[in-house]
Amino acid sequence: MSSQPTTAPGTFAPSDGIPPALRSFYWGLRRELWENRSLYFAPLIAATAFLFGFLVNLFTLRHRVASGLLDAEQLREALTTRHDLAAALVMGTAFVVGIFYTIDALYGERRDRSILFWKSLPVSDLVTTLSKLTIPIIVVPMVSFAIALLAQFSMLLLSTVMLMGSSANLGTIWTGTPFLRDSLALFYHLLAIHGLWYAPAYAWLLLVSAWAPRLPLLWAVLPPFVICGLERIAFNTSHGLDLVKYRLLGPDNGMAPEHHHDLAATLIPQHFFSAPGLWTGLVLAAALVFLTVRTRRYRGPI
Amino acid sequence: MASIEARGLRKAFGTTIALDGIDLNVEDGRILGMIGPNGAGKTTALNAILGLTPYQGQLRVLGRDPWAERDLLMRDVCFIADVAMLPRWIKVSQMLDYMAGVHPRFQRGKAETFLAKTSIGQNRKVKDLSKGMVAQLHLALVMAIDAKLLVLDEPTLGLDILFRKQFYDSLINDYLDRSRTIVVTTHQVEELQHILTDLMFIDRGRIVLSCSMEEFESRYAEVTVHPEQLAAARGLKPIHERQVFGQSILTFDRVERGRLLQLGEVHTPSISDVFVAVMSNRAGIAQGAAR
Repeated sequence: MSSQPTTAPGTFAPSDGIPPALRSFYWGLRRELWENRSLYFAPLIAATAFLFGFLVNLFTLRHRVASGLLDAEQLREALTTRHDLAAALVMGTAFVVGIFYTIDALYGERRDRSILFWKSLPVSDLVTTLSKLTIPIIVVPMVSFAIALLAQFSMLLLSTVMLMGSSANLGTIWTGTPFLRDSLALFYHLLAIHGLWYAPAYAWLLLVSAWAPRLPLLWAVLPPFVICGLERIAFNTSHGLDLVKYRLLGPDNGMAPEHHHDLAATLIPQHFFSAPGLWTGLVLAAALVFLTVRTRRYRGPI
Repeated sequence: MASIEARGLRKAFGTTIALDGIDLNVEDGRILGMIGPNGAGKTTALNAILGLTPYQGQLRVLGRDPWAERDLLMRDVCFIADVAMLPRWIKVSQMLDYMAGVHPRFQRGKAETFLAKTSIGQNRKVKDLSKGMVAQLHLALVMAIDAKLLVLDEPTLGLDILFRKQFYDSLINDYLDRSRTIVVTTHQVEELQHILTDLMFIDRGRIVLSCSMEEFESRYAEVTVHPEQLAAARGLKPIHERQVFGQSILTFDRVERGRLLQLGEVHTPSISDVFVAVMSNRAGIAQGAAR
C-alpha cells in the first residue's frame, strides 16, 4: 500500500496534458451516450424501417419503369423525393429523441439519487451542464446526419441493384439524385438550425430539467403557453406566440424566396448569420446555461 | 492540520433549524463517528462539508470552501451515502472507465483487484446487482481513490449483517493503514466503535457531546450494581439506569473509578448505551438523575 506512487497533495497527475475540464467534458459526453442509447438507436431503427419500405417500393418502381409508365426524369424525381423523405424521417426522429433526452437530463439524476454520486466526483456543474447541452445541439445532429447519409447511400445501392437490368439509366440515378450536394445542405441545416438556432430552446429545457420538482415536460411547455394565453386575453396581441413560433419554425427571413424549394438554398449563410434572432437567441442560451449551472448547484435528490 | 474546521456552522430550511451554529474541528487522520437521532442534522452537516448545500458560518474542508469549490474539493474527498446512490443504468466496466477518465486520483488497477475478490462481473449493470454488491462496488471505487477525506453517510443502511461486517472489514484492512480522515454517520454504531478515534453526538442541530474515544472510555463507566449498593450508587447521580435480567445497570459520567469499583462490576459502556442515556436525559426522561 505504501509503495504506490503518490502525487503531491492537491496536484493532478498530468498523464496526457489534457486540461481536466476538457477530460471531464469528453467523459461526460460518453456517459450520456452510455445512458441514452435511444439517441442513436431510435434514428437507426427509423432509417432501417424506412429502407425496408423503400425496398418494397422499388419493386413497384421497377415494374413501372419496365412498362414505360415512368421516364428517366420522373424516376429521378421519385427517387429524390424518397431521399429527402429518408433524411427528414431520421432527423425528425433524432429531434424528438433529443427533446426527451434534454428534458430528462438533469431531472433523471435527481429522481434516481445518482446526482449524489455525480456530485461526489471532481466535475463542476458547468462541465456537466455543458456536456448535457452539447448532446442535443451537436451530438444528436451529427449522429442523425451520419445515419441519414448512411440511409441515403444504402438507398442508392438498393436502387442500383433493384433497377439493374430494367430500362432505367443507372448512371442518372447516381448523378441525378442530389446525394452529395444535399448532404452538405443537410449538414449545414443541422448545424445551423438544430445547433445554433434551437440552442436557447434546448437550454430552456435543460434549465427546467434542473429545476422542476416533478413533471419537467409540463413545466417546460405550460408557462410559455399560459403567458401567450394571458397576453391574448389581456392585450389581444400575440407577440409571445409569434416569438415562440419564430424560434420553433426557424429564421424565415434568412430564406431567399426564389429558392424556397431548394434545400441547399433555404439557409444562405449570410442571411442566417445576419439574422438578429440568431444572436439574441445565443445570448439567451448563455443566460439560461448560467441559470442551469446555478440551479444544479443547489439541487439534490428529490 | 485540520481536515475540517467549522465555526458557527448554521443551516435553516425555512423555519426549521437543521444546524444551530456548530463548531467542529477534525484533525488529519482521525475517524469521527457522528451519532444522532433521525433529523438531528447529521446529513445536513455532511452535505455542507461536501459542498452540496450552502450554509452560514465558517467552514473549511482541506483548506477549501466546499460550497464555492466543490469540484476541486472532490479530488481529495470521497463520499458514500446509502447504497442507492450509484446510477442504476451503468455497467461496472463503464463505471471504471468513467472514473479513470474524470478522477485524477483513481487507480483502476486497485478497483479491479478489489472487485476480483467479489462476485461482481464487469459486464453487470448496477441495477442487476444486489444491495450488498452495490455497496461493495462503491467501496471498490472509493478504495481506488487516494483521497484524504472519506465521508460515509449511513453507508451500510439496508445491508445484511454479513455485508456490513465485510464493508467495515474492507475499510479497516485496505483503507485505514494510511493517514486518512474519515467522518461516518451510522445507526449501527456498535459495529464501528472499535475503529473510531473520535465521537460526536448531535441532536436538533447542536453538538451534545464531542470527545475522543480515549476520553469517552475514561469518562463514561457502566456498573452492574450489587443490589445492596443500589442506593449508594444512585447517590452518585448516574446519567442512566436500566434493568437487565433483574440486575440494575447504571451509567456514570465523570465519576471516579475507585468509587465505582466498590459498587459492582465496572465496564466500558457501548456508544449506543451512552447515546441512549444522553439523549433520554435531553428529552427530559432522565431516569437515573430523577430518582
